[in-house]
Amino acid sequence: MSAAHDGSAPRFAPGAQVRVKDDWPETRGPCHIRTPYYVRGRLGQVVRPLGAFPNPEDLAFARAAPRRQLYHVLFDQPPIWNDGKAGDTVMVEIFEHWLEEA
Amino acid sequence: MAAPPSGVNLALLDKLVAALSAKGLVTEAEITERQAITDRASPEIGARMVARAWTDPDYYALLMRDGKAAAEAAGASMAGAPELGVLENTPSQHHLVVCTLCSCYPRALLGYPPGWYKSFAYRSRAVREPRAVLAEWGTQIPDDMEIRVVDSTADYRWMVLPMRPAGTEGWSVEKLASIITRDALVGVALPRVAGSD
Amino acid sequence: MTEESPNRALHDIGGIARFRCTPVEHDEAPPDAFGKKVDAIRQILAQKKMMTVDELRRGIESIPQDEYFALGYYERWLRSIAALMVEKGVIRQEDLA
Repeated sequence: MSAAHDGSAPRFAPGAQVRVKDDWPETRGPCHIRTPYYVRGRLGQVVRPLGAFPNPEDLAFARAAPRRQLYHVLFDQPPIWNDGKAGDTVMVEIFEHWLEEA
Repeated sequence: MAAPPSGVNLALLDKLVAALSAKGLVTEAEITERQAITDRASPEIGARMVARAWTDPDYYALLMRDGKAAAEAAGASMAGAPELGVLENTPSQHHLVVCTLCSCYPRALLGYPPGWYKSFAYRSRAVREPRAVLAEWGTQIPDDMEIRVVDSTADYRWMVLPMRPAGTEGWSVEKLASIITRDALVGVALPRVAGSD
Repeated sequence: MTEESPNRALHDIGGIARFRCTPVEHDEAPPDAFGKKVDAIRQILAQKKMMTVDELRRGIESIPQDEYFALGYYERWLRSIAALMVEKGVIRQEDLA
């Protein structure tokens, strides 16, 4: 694997229940974030850690970008939209600093 | 269909290239070379990877463990490209790839994304009403099969590994690859055997 | 409620109502010469560490809403790349006038 590691172990293991932070940096000034609005504040399950990558929120402004653990996180689809078919899911790459234990 | 670029932006491109050239940063030769490399990327390489994974357990293991290495082994030029993740469809789970935030796509492997993948309608709808979008493609996913929409948001680019259809027993890798379309590698279609259904 | 969060950024369009009834046009055409050239420039500048994909994205995301939805895909890229090169002092705004 060429996904680099930052030396620190992932905080969340496969199967961990997590909540995406209900945070809106968009309201506080210029930013670039890769956490879609529709999962903010939502409960999900870690599928697996994907490795550590330079934080895009820093890369976007050419700042020093420490590596952050990235995860595949799974969400039930219907609760997000109050729509859709039970059992369908959405899986999103989310950085560790956006996740809290749930 | 996509509208052609405006005259303003055509002129802007010329001015940008001229300014970057004047700084020694970009030459016409480099542009031609990059374009040629990008033009060589193709869904056909992805199709061969899938066909080989269907028939070669060692290659399947490599593909699932390290997509970039498996793509290199199939002849793709992956230097400098993001990680390549592979999403395996099963009898109970179908994957559909979208990028709601921009239009992340495994370009290094599959080439330029098609217009529809970059469209606002696809980016917006695939994540919310995947069954409706798939139905518009003529792709019916059984009710008891989970649709897992993969929103490509960060450092991986994703390719779907479709299920091998019945009726392909004994086929060569080349013949198998011939039924694997770009759409199947994104998850909006399924490989089809001519004459079935 | 997720739907149409007032805080949502304009490019963050998963599931929004605006496109719910828009069919996905099966536009298969490869990029035109303009798009391919813009893409090649992006790759060259990235390879030379002149910009990252996240800077490109940030530049696209800061295009005003009306233009964001009116410009073509590679036009948005071009606008972002040009603005970034000026922002970084690589070229001057006058070079693009």
